[in-house]
Amino acid sequence: MAMADEPIVSIRDLYKLYRQGEIDVTALDNVSIDITRGEFVVLMGPSGSGKSTLLHIIAGVDRATRGKVLVQGINVANLTESELADWRNQNVGFVFQSFNLIPVLSAFENVELPLLLTQLNRRQRRQQAQAALELVGLSDRAHHRPDQLSGGQQQRVAIARALVTDPVLIVADEPTGNLDAKSAADVLSLLKGLTEQADKTVLMVTHDPKAASFGTRSLHLEKGEIVAG
Amino acid sequence: MALPIQYNLRNVVVRWRATLSTILGIALVVSVFVLLLALARGIEASSANTGDPRNILVVRRGSQAESGSLVSREHFRTLRYFDEVARNEQAEPIISAEVVVIVSAPRIDGTGEANTLVRGVTPRGIELRPQVELIAGRWFQPGQREVVVSRRLAARFAGFEIGGTIKAGQANLIVVGHFDAKGSAFDSEAWMDADETRAIFDREMYSSLLVRPRGPEAATQLMKRIEDDKRLSLRAELEVDYYSKQTMTATPIKILAGIMGLAMSVGAVFAAMNTMYASVASRTREIGTLRVLGFSRSAILFSFLIEGALVAAIGGAIGCLMAIPMNGYSTGTIDFQSFAETVFEFRVTPPLMLQGISFAVAIGLLGSFLPALRASRLPVIAALKSL
Ligand SMILES: Nc1ncnc2c1ncn2[C@@H]1O[C@H](COP(=O)(O)OP(=O)(O)O)[C@@H](O)[C@H]1O
Ligand SMILES: [Mg+2]
Repeated sequence: MAMADEPIVSIRDLYKLYRQGEIDVTALDNVSIDITRGEFVVLMGPSGSGKSTLLHIIAGVDRATRGKVLVQGINVANLTESELADWRNQNVGFVFQSFNLIPVLSAFENVELPLLLTQLNRRQRRQQAQAALELVGLSDRAHHRPDQLSGGQQQRVAIARALVTDPVLIVADEPTGNLDAKSAADVLSLLKGLTEQADKTVLMVTHDPKAASFGTRSLHLEKGEIVAG
Repeated sequence: MALPIQYNLRNVVVRWRATLSTILGIALVVSVFVLLLALARGIEASSANTGDPRNILVVRRGSQAESGSLVSREHFRTLRYFDEVARNEQAEPIISAEVVVIVSAPRIDGTGEANTLVRGVTPRGIELRPQVELIAGRWFQPGQREVVVSRRLAARFAGFEIGGTIKAGQANLIVVGHFDAKGSAFDSEAWMDADETRAIFDREMYSSLLVRPRGPEAATQLMKRIEDDKRLSLRAELEVDYYSKQTMTATPIKILAGIMGLAMSVGAVFAAMNTMYASVASRTREIGTLRVLGFSRSAILFSFLIEGALVAAIGGAIGCLMAIPMNGYSTGTIDFQSFAETVFEFRVTPPLMLQGISFAVAIGLLGSFLPALRASRLPVIAALKSL
């Protein structure tokens, strides 16, 4: 078990190069950071500065070119494709800019979806999915399909889906990018609440300084490098 | 673990506009396939029902069929007194010398004339074929130019109703009864008295002899005796063997079903492939999301295969429903031995429908394999970025 003060995420000398034809694009350039449990870290920076790339590498959907990434002491780079899929399912919750709910599934079924990959039985899955929907205040919308929900409601369902497996880390790439101010504030309060009350660690990418003010710490990327902020 | 089947089912329903033409295409393929097999099944049922394993049929050596065979009265008289031939309570040998002739009659639907087989039979011949049962009217009286026809023929030819007349050369035959032959080859025949048939059609010779030997050993012995007797120059075989050879016609239809099924299914496979490729393309982000949530490549592959199979199974089920109304419908084909029309019934049975749906599922799986493979190989990140 991880110690309370041991970092959830520990990154050392991380590089990510994309090869585009003849030229190499350096998306991440010698990045080193630590994130501890319960932090709400906001990742800022201009477009193309490498925010999404960093988030994806930490969350195990992309791989680093060089450097070390430990999440809860596990070197993610050593996992095979299918181990990584299981690892994501158990340890990381994802919140996307465009919600990415499955259109043909109800809110409840969307939230239950990650639990289908666990050992839980039907009743346990049901309980957990209901609890997660309740936490985001949408129990009464359980049987609505995504297209019957507002953007803000969809994003709250997505947050319920992200936390239903009880992961240590929740990553969110511009989660308020498609929302009005009121809905954005609801979503940000929810994420903040998760760090404060449930001891989750949240890593959020945003452009919006207002959104950033919800975080406990902010990191600034520029041309792939962490700059003082 | 796999994605729930409701997920696929709802995707099929939601995308019904895109899948409809594929579903209907597969339905068409399956209905044609099932109907051809149903016809083959009907033909097989007819052969299975026709002979009695205890009977022996005698024709001229070298004749493929009764209609081209000639058996002299002298040979009939010789065979009649063979020891191996069983006798009834009146001590008469159970042997029926019969004549088959072809008569042309107008079709009921006005599409011209077709040949029908008229069999001259004897009381022994009727006894030897218990599957032939009188269902309306009465049996013919010898010498009265009376004829009894199969109910199924009556449905296809004009003048075959009870009281109707069948023109046979100069003679007019009066239909006095209908029989049902339980789907056997006799369902394609009209029966009248054997000697009267010879008189009307000016036949010196019989066409065949149907014999009931005393027992299985006597049957073997009798067949050997007939074959060995050079003077007779006759061929004897079990009635069931004779008819199973006559009704080999099911094989070409089965081959046709195979070839048509294969040819049409190629089109259906490509239709299914198109539909599934479109489905994968429009769900790139969704697939990426599933992968991010932890679903494996194989779960995605499997899910799209299931979806393709589901689309196809729906098409297959519709195809079977389209075929069902043809169940029991009789149709005629020309028998190439006698050039008489042979009547068969389409038999759309549950196992056949299952075969049809399995065929559809195979089409679906084949058609969705490459699209499913593409879906499973989409890079997770690319999927996240296509907004
Ligand atoms: N798959 C890729 N192939 C090539 N270059 C990429 C790819 N993904 C990102 N990049 C490049 O890496 C840099 C960082 O991208 P990204 O992390 O998406 O930035 P941000 O999220 O901060 O806008 C950009 O220059 C971008 O063009
Ligand atoms: Mg980005």
